[in-house]
Amino acid sequence: MKHVKSLNEKTFKDTVKKGGCGECQTSCQSACKTSCTVGNQKCENNK
Amino acid sequence: MIHQYKNNGYDIVMDINSGSVHVVDDILYDIVEFIDNNEKAKNAIDVEMTDDVKKNILDEIKINLTFKYSESELKEACSEVFELIEDERLFSKDYYQPIADNLKEMPTVVKALCLHVTHDCNLSCKYCFAEEGEYHGKRGLMSLEVGKKALDFIVENSGSRKNLEVDFFGGEPLMNWEVVKELVKYGRTIEKEAGKNFRFTLTTNGMLLDDEVMEFLNKEMSNVVISLDGRKEVNDRMRPRRGGQGSYDVIVPKFKKLAESRNQTDYYIRGTFTRYNLDFSEDVKHFADLGFKQISIEPVVAPKEADYSIREEDVNQILEEYDILAKEFIKRKREGNGFNFFHFMIDLSQGPCIYKRMSGCGAGSEYLAVTPWGDLYPCHQFVGNEDFLLGNVYEGVNRDDLVSKFKKCNVYSRSECKDCFAKFYCSGGCAANSYNFTGDINSTYEIGCKMQRKRVECSIMLKADEMSDDE
Repeated sequence: MKHVKSLNEKTFKDTVKKGGCGECQTSCQSACKTSCTVGNQKCENNK
Repeated sequence: MIHQYKNNGYDIVMDINSGSVHVVDDILYDIVEFIDNNEKAKNAIDVEMTDDVKKNILDEIKINLTFKYSESELKEACSEVFELIEDERLFSKDYYQPIADNLKEMPTVVKALCLHVTHDCNLSCKYCFAEEGEYHGKRGLMSLEVGKKALDFIVENSGSRKNLEVDFFGGEPLMNWEVVKELVKYGRTIEKEAGKNFRFTLTTNGMLLDDEVMEFLNKEMSNVVISLDGRKEVNDRMRPRRGGQGSYDVIVPKFKKLAESRNQTDYYIRGTFTRYNLDFSEDVKHFADLGFKQISIEPVVAPKEADYSIREEDVNQILEEYDILAKEFIKRKREGNGFNFFHFMIDLSQGPCIYKRMSGCGAGSEYLAVTPWGDLYPCHQFVGNEDFLLGNVYEGVNRDDLVSKFKKCNVYSRSECKDCFAKFYCSGGCAANSYNFTGDINSTYEIGCKMQRKRVECSIMLKADEMSDDE
């Protein structure tokens, strides 16, 4: 596309089927302890 | 739902329901804005993207935007917009509300514990929500027996989860170091048989760090959070020692050594900013100048009446400060001297699934805090508030009513999140912050939300910049 550069291809809808395994890190556990940020986490679903 | 903004020369369009993020040029930015402000066009898109709908939208756009762009330009840009819409990456639907309704029905598993191995501290930080480690209660150290029981508790209650997180917290956990070491050893003896993998972390003020401690931390802790507020005068004002002297000079050399010994990864130097250092980008720069590569700085959590608390009138300056910090981030990266800032990290391609994004931090269900005496609370910030006592590690959780309340917290249960573009990046925010400011765990802390939104915008701008660098 000439007018758009997308920063990602996969959409949230794509994650509905295989998501929800719960193996990823607890949001505030390891760095902030006072807020809730999930956008920076990695998916850890290996299935 | 669309959010669009301009930052540092980039035009950014976020499609909130799909999570798609687009860097666009001015014409496409204007077209999206036009459609987003046109309810009739949006409703038509929602029903079906037919040729008639496309023609009508293009006609409207031609009428309204030809003062700025030629018809052929508009036609070409519109075709790209229509392609994204058909691809469900622009003006996409919200499919997730029914999933959110089912979240509360999912079985409760515990996968993370905040172990308060010490309710005592060797610093007297003025903003400490634990009140010098005591959490409105008495001083105390966790016994090895209580700690082991806590590890047994998480293994038994973690269902099929493999990765179990245990953070050694306080107070100051190094004041109970022998128990920390023994608990790690115990965890390692039980994890294999149980089919689990303990990820131990520790949060420390550094006063008691020495070579032996560092060696153990580097062997066993997947992450270490080290607390320092930045510039010496800033740190020493809020983080004095018990006798009133500053802590900076004692701690900084130890932290530098620890960070190097961990190869500048798997740690965060974590500061708190207050009303007294609203220019906190200077503190981040200070961390970077000291050689730290993994940096986090957080707004203070404080009652409104505290002199150092962040007020509504401070917010604009804070938001500008994040912009300053983002530019500094780019500058240093280009100079080959970059650093990582926790709240500017965003994973747009391999990030969490939508379940995680809507279901919050897990406090009160999958994440619990354990006091030195084995009492269970929804998270470290609720410790000491008896209304939130959930049970203990010996008898388990006996407040299913409260657990159920926490499980119901998500981006759809909080009315304030409904129209917020950042909802799938913060997953509804911190229940404790919400409770402290509104008296309800299922609400939001608006000042925190404003900062969160700005951080998301900055993070995405940085991704756009990264992409332009790669080209």
